[in-house]
Amino acid sequence: MYWDREFETMPREKIGELQLERLKATLDRVYNNVPFYKKAMDERGIKPSDMKSLDDVRKLPFTVKQDLRDNYPFGLFAVPMDDVVRVHASSGTTGKPTVVGYTLNDINTWAGLMARALTMVGAGKSDVVQNGYGYGLFTGGMGVHYGAERIGATVVPISGGNTGRQLMLMQDFSSTVLTCTPSYALYLAEEGENAGLDFKKLPLKVGVFGAEPWSERMRHQLEEKLAIKAYDIYGLSEVLGPGVSMECPAQQGMHIFEDHFLAEIIDPESGEPLPFGQQGELVFTSLTKEAFPIIRYRTRDITVLNEEPCSCGRTHVRMRRVTGRTDDMLIIRGVNVFPSQVESILLEFGETEPHYLLVVDRKGNLDDLEIWVELSEKWFSDKVRQLEEVEGRLKGRIASVLGISARIKLVEPRTIPRSEGKAKRVVDKREL
Amino acid sequence: MKIKQISVFLENKSGRLARVTRVLAENKINIRALSIADTTDFGILRLIVNDPDTAHGILKENGFSVNVTDVIAVEITDSPGGLADPLAYLKEASINIEYLYAFLTRASQAALVVFRVEQIDEAIRVLQEKGIKILGGKDVYEML
Repeated sequence: MYWDREFETMPREKIGELQLERLKATLDRVYNNVPFYKKAMDERGIKPSDMKSLDDVRKLPFTVKQDLRDNYPFGLFAVPMDDVVRVHASSGTTGKPTVVGYTLNDINTWAGLMARALTMVGAGKSDVVQNGYGYGLFTGGMGVHYGAERIGATVVPISGGNTGRQLMLMQDFSSTVLTCTPSYALYLAEEGENAGLDFKKLPLKVGVFGAEPWSERMRHQLEEKLAIKAYDIYGLSEVLGPGVSMECPAQQGMHIFEDHFLAEIIDPESGEPLPFGQQGELVFTSLTKEAFPIIRYRTRDITVLNEEPCSCGRTHVRMRRVTGRTDDMLIIRGVNVFPSQVESILLEFGETEPHYLLVVDRKGNLDDLEIWVELSEKWFSDKVRQLEEVEGRLKGRIASVLGISARIKLVEPRTIPRSEGKAKRVVDKREL
Repeated sequence: MKIKQISVFLENKSGRLARVTRVLAENKINIRALSIADTTDFGILRLIVNDPDTAHGILKENGFSVNVTDVIAVEITDSPGGLADPLAYLKEASINIEYLYAFLTRASQAALVVFRVEQIDEAIRVLQEKGIKILGGKDVYEML
């Protein structure tokens, strides 16, 4: 089923023409409205009109997350704030989030792309979509919500967490589509099993899972335990939110909605473009966004693009599951976490040279974060109460900056391994 | 009247206490008294030793989180009420006790109790006024 047959099945040559036309229009807008992009292009002597072919996009400089931070909060917006109807934000590395904005047209485009994604996996107006993505600054909740409304489905905006209620409403409302992170879906499955729930008897048929890496192994588990088909969805707030790419029923990669995004694969070391079929870092240029257009954004996600025709009939290029990152970002319970955030908190606490380690594990299908902090002399006290107070304050600050709770473990000085020059900050024991 | 107590941070994992005591032994530091406070995650070892300054330096060099705090060592008569009396005096004076621990010596019939209080000078004054015997550093570090 197609939401937008014309665009979803457009011959590749025509997609290329459309992309070039939209790229020029986007560059015109950012050149004239966003000083950051104007400066970057002027420095290289590039004008929007220099885009003669799609390959010319390579002349443009990359945009990285740091650029978003440097222009916090609204410096990269290409429209007056009067035209911005919504903002979303994701966690940054130093406590300040990275902010993105949407015009009414952007919200409509986004809803349309999410509608496309949901339709792709068989959802429609008679479905009940239980949306377990977090609502709020995170794009997951509202992104899926608007798309599900657009296809005329009944949306249950339950947001994340509250497992008992999720299971109750899933039965009482006869939910047919579940949208949440894959690890949370697995947790729901196990909790349901423990409560004696037989998912085979429920009308639930489809899961749309994303916002964190997962594996084929998890897909099989989810499909078996929940008695559904489980599909992968991809997106990031800097580019849009959920609905940048979506897996079709062939389950052989996610179709990138190329009429709205120009995808490239680059060598993360050299920044040089790589041909389709080679593994590298995914880079996106938005083609239709108004409030927050983005040019050659380095996602840090590692994947492979596949241009081969797909059995579903869609012509859009497919990206393989994201298999890693080129930076140290972790995704824990669907939340982006950078080790440097922990570092900045420790600096706030007066540590001059903090030594710490993030230990990530998956316990009972839920991500678990424990942060080891070397206890310096300055914090040490002969009184238990005082040490527990330090732990408590750290825990509170970390929960508010990272957006997820973590256990704090104080450890003896010089016990966290130091490797050559650069300390190891993360131990990830999760097996996906 | 104040004596120096060494505190050492210990993770709850095997061999940590053994290592502290080994380091002290190798440097000819003698432990006079000790106590351990523990939580599920960590412990705090508190020590009275014969040479606190040297012990502090050595433990630091060996990478432990260490600090030195002043405590008082009180001689308690080895009879019923021996501990109850000084505790009552401190309570009357509204002096909070963070923690305390007892130890015995070969030289004396009395028990010794180490008190950790916030208002240490006030505590010393109150106890001395009531005729409680408080040991000086030299008495404790060199006792046998």
